[in-house]
Amino acid sequence: MGGLGHYFEEQEIATTQISLIREHTETIKPPRALWVPFELGRPFGVPNDSEFQRSVLEHALDLLERPSGPVLEDFPEEAPDLEKSPVQVVCPVQFQSRSNKEEGGSRLMEDFNAEILQLRNWYERALKTRNRTTTGISGLSTAEAAELVSRFIEDETREALMAEEDLVDRIRMACEDLKAYYFEAVSAQPGQPTDSESLANWFWGQTHAARVIHEMRKICLNDPTGKVALLGKLLLVPRTQLHQFKNE
Amino acid sequence: MARLERYSEEARSHLMKLPCPTFDSTPFTKPPPLKELRLALVSTAGLHPRGDRPFGMGDVDYRLIPRNTPANELVMSHISTNFDRTGYQQDLNVVFPLDRLNELVQQGKIESLAEYHYSFMGATEPEKMEPAIATLSAVMKKDGINAVLLVPV
Repeated sequence: MGGLGHYFEEQEIATTQISLIREHTETIKPPRALWVPFELGRPFGVPNDSEFQRSVLEHALDLLERPSGPVLEDFPEEAPDLEKSPVQVVCPVQFQSRSNKEEGGSRLMEDFNAEILQLRNWYERALKTRNRTTTGISGLSTAEAAELVSRFIEDETREALMAEEDLVDRIRMACEDLKAYYFEAVSAQPGQPTDSESLANWFWGQTHAARVIHEMRKICLNDPTGKVALLGKLLLVPRTQLHQFKNE
Repeated sequence: MARLERYSEEARSHLMKLPCPTFDSTPFTKPPPLKELRLALVSTAGLHPRGDRPFGMGDVDYRLIPRNTPANELVMSHISTNFDRTGYQQDLNVVFPLDRLNELVQQGKIESLAEYHYSFMGATEPEKMEPAIATLSAVMKKDGINAVLLVPV
């Protein structure tokens, strides 16, 4: 981000910026930067707290009034939800696993599809309440995204899919849409935590969808052609959640 | 969490190894007072209007986000899985504070917002974005933009 600040200012457009990783900003030395102690993905701190977000924004804009630079200042507050420890998401939708290794992948896919159906009311509730969804980058419906994932998981259908040129992007975006569907659904339920760690631990630790994505990752990493190796290595499971699968 | 000490050792090591460009000096353009700002928002979150071409590996170009784009018309196709999206899913403003900026305009704290805002995808070396920034800057000047707020993800 700091590099972009240099390039805009070389074109004589003044910039101010949010910095998420102070050490990077210290190296790049952009003209004006406000370092915030928030996690990656939340540069304005917390969702649905307009007062806090406005405070961050005004601090960043105030740097435009400094007479000289480079300026790197620290935002003085932590995000309001940071003090709380991650909590267990208790989802009234039943995700008890029926599948096990002996029964193979087909039972896992049945559980996965049943799970999607069970979350549907909550996803629709989220859509109505927020008047917004972040699903849709793949251009597929949730059912179509699940179908694409199933075709990739099943040995019989994967071969034809592997011949498709844009497979990596299609799979990646289908998985992102499925994750968005799950997170939007569960966060619409009353009393659920809204912090990223609780939600991520729930998805990657408790859902069949996460097990399906992890199965895809294994397929990608073992692909003899190497065509989907990068997908498996970087684009499916976050680095911070790989530990959930260390025994599989 | 963006305090590096709060990351696992592996994640911290990965972040510290990411290449950062260095510069011999820092250009510093003086903007007008805040009340006279016409501001553009530039994000590296890989945001774009629903239906626009998604970002893919290695993309160094940008997408246009018209000023009055409703939140439900924006999606995020950034390739990285290693940042939180749940905040953005609950409230666009935690990543792209359009509502907060509009409030500042209504309160008279800044003059106006750009006709278009812009998004890149940050998982690319910034040096490769420089040509796009040069083009974009020319467009911004025609739109009367005198300051840019840069927001990473």
